[in-house]
Amino acid sequence: MKAGIVVFPGINRERDMALALERSAGARPRMVWHTETDLSGLDLLVIPGGFSYGDYLRCGAMAAQSPVMGAVRAHAARGGYVLGVCNGFQILTETGLLPGALLRNASLRFLSMDCHLRVERADTVFTNRYQRGSVFRSPMAHGDGNYFADDATLDRLEGEGRVAFRYATPQGEITPETNRNGSARNIAGIYSENLRVLGLMPHPEDLVDPLMGGEDGKPLFDALAAA
Amino acid sequence: MAKEVNQSLAREFGLSADEYQRVLDIMGRTPSLTELGIFSVMWSEHCSYKSSRVWLKQLPTKAPWVIHGPGENAGVIDIGEGLAAIFKMESHNHPSFIEPYQGAATGVGGILRDVFTMGARPIANLNALRFGRPENPRTKRVVDGVVRGIGGYGNCVGVPTVGGEINFHPAYDGNPLVNAMTVGIAPADRIFLSAAAGIGNPVVYVGSKTGRDGIHGATMASAEFGADSEEKRPTVQVGDPFTEKLLIEACLELMSTDAIIAIQDMGAAGLTSSSVEMAGKGGVGIVLELDDVPQRETDMTAYEMMLSESQERMLMVLRPDRQDVARKIFEKWELDFAVIGHLTDTGRIVIRHQGRVEADIPLAPLADQAPLYERPTQETPKQAILDPVRVENRWTLAQALERLIGCPDIASRAWVWDQYDSTVGGQTVKRPGAADAAIVKIEGKRLALAMTTDCTPRYCQADPEAGGAQAVAEAWRNITATGAKPLAITDNMNFGNPEKPEIMGQFAAAIRGMAAACRALDFPVVSGNVSLYNETEGKGILPTPAIGGVGVLEDAAKAVGIALSPWLDLVVVGRTHGWLGQSLWLREMTGREEGAPPPVELDVERKAGDFVRNLILTGQARACHDVSDGGLLVAVAEMAMAGNTGARLSTGPREIPSHAYWFGEDQGRYILAVADSTSVLRAAETAGIPAVKLGTSGGGDLTLPDGGTISVADLRASHERFFPSWMDGTA
Repeated sequence: MKAGIVVFPGINRERDMALALERSAGARPRMVWHTETDLSGLDLLVIPGGFSYGDYLRCGAMAAQSPVMGAVRAHAARGGYVLGVCNGFQILTETGLLPGALLRNASLRFLSMDCHLRVERADTVFTNRYQRGSVFRSPMAHGDGNYFADDATLDRLEGEGRVAFRYATPQGEITPETNRNGSARNIAGIYSENLRVLGLMPHPEDLVDPLMGGEDGKPLFDALAAA
Repeated sequence: MAKEVNQSLAREFGLSADEYQRVLDIMGRTPSLTELGIFSVMWSEHCSYKSSRVWLKQLPTKAPWVIHGPGENAGVIDIGEGLAAIFKMESHNHPSFIEPYQGAATGVGGILRDVFTMGARPIANLNALRFGRPENPRTKRVVDGVVRGIGGYGNCVGVPTVGGEINFHPAYDGNPLVNAMTVGIAPADRIFLSAAAGIGNPVVYVGSKTGRDGIHGATMASAEFGADSEEKRPTVQVGDPFTEKLLIEACLELMSTDAIIAIQDMGAAGLTSSSVEMAGKGGVGIVLELDDVPQRETDMTAYEMMLSESQERMLMVLRPDRQDVARKIFEKWELDFAVIGHLTDTGRIVIRHQGRVEADIPLAPLADQAPLYERPTQETPKQAILDPVRVENRWTLAQALERLIGCPDIASRAWVWDQYDSTVGGQTVKRPGAADAAIVKIEGKRLALAMTTDCTPRYCQADPEAGGAQAVAEAWRNITATGAKPLAITDNMNFGNPEKPEIMGQFAAAIRGMAAACRALDFPVVSGNVSLYNETEGKGILPTPAIGGVGVLEDAAKAVGIALSPWLDLVVVGRTHGWLGQSLWLREMTGREEGAPPPVELDVERKAGDFVRNLILTGQARACHDVSDGGLLVAVAEMAMAGNTGARLSTGPREIPSHAYWFGEDQGRYILAVADSTSVLRAAETAGIPAVKLGTSGGGDLTLPDGGTISVADLRASHERFFPSWMDGTA
């Protein structure tokens, strides 16, 4: 699948993302500048992590109003694939492509550490190289990763099978201790209704090379490359 | 601002009577306010190094791999494969005490600019922090602000913060130290320097607009603190990491063209130091039209603009025919771009504002006649060597270990690291705590850098010469312990008031010790920073020559960490005498800070290190950890916790008291985890290097030679308690 990485001023994990995609797909993704609106020829749009426009307002709020996000919205409406990681996830919720919001971490401190993610379903274009219920390790690094939605929305997400990943122990148990940022129901990532838009807080793109300590994140990019 | 310029105003600006007379001699008239401002910041301790220059000259700065040593914005070394590593460490001590968050944040921003201004993409940040007693209520606020500030800036610009060190001591109660280091990578043949050239060429200002913030910051950094330090808050600048990120990308994009002739960041003393240094180094003159400077506030005077320390700004000299190319790049990144002057052949700096000449100063005497002091020195009296037999021990090994592993100077720093993004960039091979030095790979290559910051201030206080040597040796050792080859250092000399002979004596002695170690270990100084007047109400800090070391690994896969795995032999390389003087055991268990610090035997140090590195690179060592604070047993415990694996330790030699053997801080030692200790011990014997087997790894407990046992889980609980319980009241 032909991938493009959306780059806003202040985004800082676009290189990591490009390396991860290239490692799996063998081709360098196209870098899409925030003022671009022609996304033709791209199957997958990735919004990487960072601090878009400095994130001095609510995280992702300004990026959601940028020219490129109009085109991303249209791409999603056409059934195109979108992956938002960290700031990218925040931007997708601010854009309305995914429900809910990302609040300040419950500890009110930036959290940079490894977490373990339980794969809630393994039949999507993003997760078909994982097993359902399996756990993989991923770095995370954010100040605002505390997923919030009202109970009705959470119930609907769960009912429709739209929870992608939950913070878990390495054995797959969902516990309060593993939920470092305080997310509702340990939710680390969610899908859109058609399962083609995925947003998640952790950074699987930073764990795709044994030299960096593991390849736990690689199946996600392998799956996208093969789709 | 209609202040009359006279000697009393000059004193207010930090110039002595002699220095002011020198200004009058150079100018041949009474200087204008703007001119006095320029002289005072250029001749401040911070910018002129007037008390330290005579001593800094003693440091070795050359090696075949050194491309640019001290004198540029940062040091540059050849790391192979056509690449250069560019790095420097710099202090932001005074601002961080007044306003911890912004002080630390702008410290990170400033050192980043020193590195990318030379053409490097920053790939790692490190820091070296010293704070007052944890019991002092102010310390908590300073630690919280500094950690948030370092994270807030580094995380946003997207440069991983991968290493650092923290000490606590009452001597830093009123004067914490915040030293920030940045390491970047550039093609070795594309290094950008600051010497201006080309009469008539445009002088271009890029980045943020200029405001009234930080006026006279360099002067503040060159004076002691009094009780009024709170009132100096307006001299602290405010950081904008988003603009810095744009500036990095825009500068690197411009640097891939041939537009830039010279470039310099606006750091301390802002527009003054950047324009004076660029023109001065190039031997040309410069005219600045201040009406064209992008301004954030209205009605700014020439004096204010020349002395503002607004952040995230750079000054460049461009090829005139490439001006449009450059302008387009900065417009794309939505940053200010303004031609604010040009180079001349007059050898003078001329500042014009609103149709008036506000300053007209000959550049050569401003630099050449800058004050230079050979201040009187007084040697620190030597302390007696503490005989371990005469130090009473009332504790089992397990009791002492548990106390030490949890004390503020050794306790886990995870609470701090967890607030720094250490993985952005996707090249971090060894994160904080995983190895003795952080390892960051070069994108697209096997090549990696090993980086560390080190200093043991309590050794420096007891014997500045031994302490200076130890700081360099420890940086060399920490790089070696990962398998990397140590290449060069940056130094950050933090001392008290240089006008006091005992302080200048500390400085001179530390330099002597550092120089000896640098020479013996082929580990030259390529950049550095001096921070003096670290005193509050007459009370000085511990002498703290912080060292930032950089080494190279040809293959990142060969790096080892400290984590122990089961069923290996533990071998200690290097001689153990049981040196308790100035040890943490002595301080934490008995409350005594005394005795001579452990000496570094430089020839032995080098031999042992080369031996260890070879074992690592040939795959014979699975893990390696240098022995430092807390001695052998703390080092073993740290390896056990990192690998979640216990060990059974054998009894030490009978002639050394057990507590001295296990907690003494003899230098030049490493603990290796190896599959086959017999062959390693034989190789050591052949090489004439002392080495003994300490025990074997496995299980979940540390089984101690005095019969005691402590589980790795309990150790970890003690180790991880301090920071979260102190700062957040949790854990």
